Amino acid sequence: MSFIVNGLRFVANAATGLVIGMVTTMKYLWTKKATIDYPRKPFPHAERFRGVHELRKYDDGLERCIGCELCAVACPANAITVIGAENDPAAPVSPGERYGYRYEIDMLRCIFCGWCEEACPTDAIVLTPRFDLADFTRQRLVYGKDKLVVRDPFTQHMANTESAVETDPGVAP
Amino acid sequence: MSHFPDWAIILAVKSGVLIFIVVTAFAYLMLLERKMLGWFQLRLGPTWCGPWGLMQPAADAIKLVLKEDLTPAGADLFIYKIAPALAVLTALLAYAVIPFGWLPDGTPIAIASPNVGILFVLAAGAVGVYGIALGGWASQSKWSLLGGIRSTAQLISYELAMGLSIIPVVMLAGTTSLAGIVAAQSAHHLWYIIPLFIPAWIYGVTALAETNRAPFDLPEAETELVAGFHTEYSSLRFGTFFVAEYINMITVSAIRTLLFFGGGDGPWVAQFPLLTVVWFLVKVGIMLFIMIWWRATLPRLRYDRLMTFGWKFLLPTSVACVIIVAGVVAAMGNR
Repeated sequence: MSFIVNGLRFVANAATGLVIGMVTTMKYLWTKKATIDYPRKPFPHAERFRGVHELRKYDDGLERCIGCELCAVACPANAITVIGAENDPAAPVSPGERYGYRYEIDMLRCIFCGWCEEACPTDAIVLTPRFDLADFTRQRLVYGKDKLVVRDPFTQHMANTESAVETDPGVAP
Repeated sequence: MSHFPDWAIILAVKSGVLIFIVVTAFAYLMLLERKMLGWFQLRLGPTWCGPWGLMQPAADAIKLVLKEDLTPAGADLFIYKIAPALAVLTALLAYAVIPFGWLPDGTPIAIASPNVGILFVLAAGAVGVYGIALGGWASQSKWSLLGGIRSTAQLISYELAMGLSIIPVVMLAGTTSLAGIVAAQSAHHLWYIIPLFIPAWIYGVTALAETNRAPFDLPEAETELVAGFHTEYSSLRFGTFFVAEYINMITVSAIRTLLFFGGGDGPWVAQFPLLTVVWFLVKVGIMLFIMIWWRATLPRLRYDRLMTFGWKFLLPTSVACVIIVAGVVAAMGNR
């Protein structure tokens, strides 16, 4: 008799295992999917995600950068190159005496630590939540002022939420 | 005027339409499986080809057709090339006798409705192993050969239990005709899943093994055999094996529906006989979903356990079922 009892017990155990497994997978079928449908839907990022830099302007169109090179000094990866120049009083680029004549960040070197933000006395350089950096050549990943001085709608959010809002009346919250 | 008799032309057209339907069903079954497996694994599955990825089968077909068709240098050319065709041919053969529903005048919707329908399906399934075994053999590759051998051994082992799990149905229905079995279930107002729960379950398990589906997909166990019997196949020949595997899935689901779930039986079929087709397809869809569900759940069996399970558990159990059902049928007399 024990043969039959053991056999039935074995079958019952196996069946229980199967049912538990099937129920588990069925639960997962109705769980929210982990995949983000990325290019078609925005990638959810942390509020203070550090991505591609932006060189900001005042609302009157003048650049904030005064070419002081403090960001370049602070940069632990030596990714930033700044060459400053004197402002032409007739047509100033920035409100101060000097402005950033050349401003380059090597995105291949940058570690996105945010120290340049900390160092900047005028809150000119900020890290935006943009992260889609891919490109086909190394040269194009050295971002100059043409790519950094932008205020597109995507980065506006960042400009409005950073500490600059309190310290600078030029940026409307 | 045509040289062919009318019945031959009608038969050819019917078969052509049926093959087209079955192959389309295969294409979307494959998409469904990829979607379902994705959802089971918290992924999205194919989403980029057309809305909700609905054009994915077309994209896959184009990709497969355009790929290079490689033949291994040592391959047995004739057998190597004929094996995929053999696999898909035997897979399609079973559809000749499957009744999809009933016309209002009471005739089954099928290409043919022979008295030995279920035997024909079993025979076609048994020949189906040749495609896999020969493909594995002719590829002249150890992985393919091992996959082919495993497939052969598995099919022979599980075919016994499968045949024995069908016998109780035949005994209860008193006929081997598929249409007759369905009619008997309708006449008794009883789907055979209820009295024959264990044979129905055994048929389901052996059907998984017959179609080389997880958890019995040892002939193409990626971790051990690269891709098993179709390792060396590429392009359209690989695609043909693929078609055969999925068509077999649909076949066993259809047979399971016919034998144990009353075929096209369902509510309101007395008023609208054509509704039987809908019920039949719905039931087959549920069977296919369950097969995908199993694949998403169960890990692959170890080879010796596969054999132990087939010979020491399924076979004795189905024999016991046959004996019990035979006793009950004999005791109840000739209804």
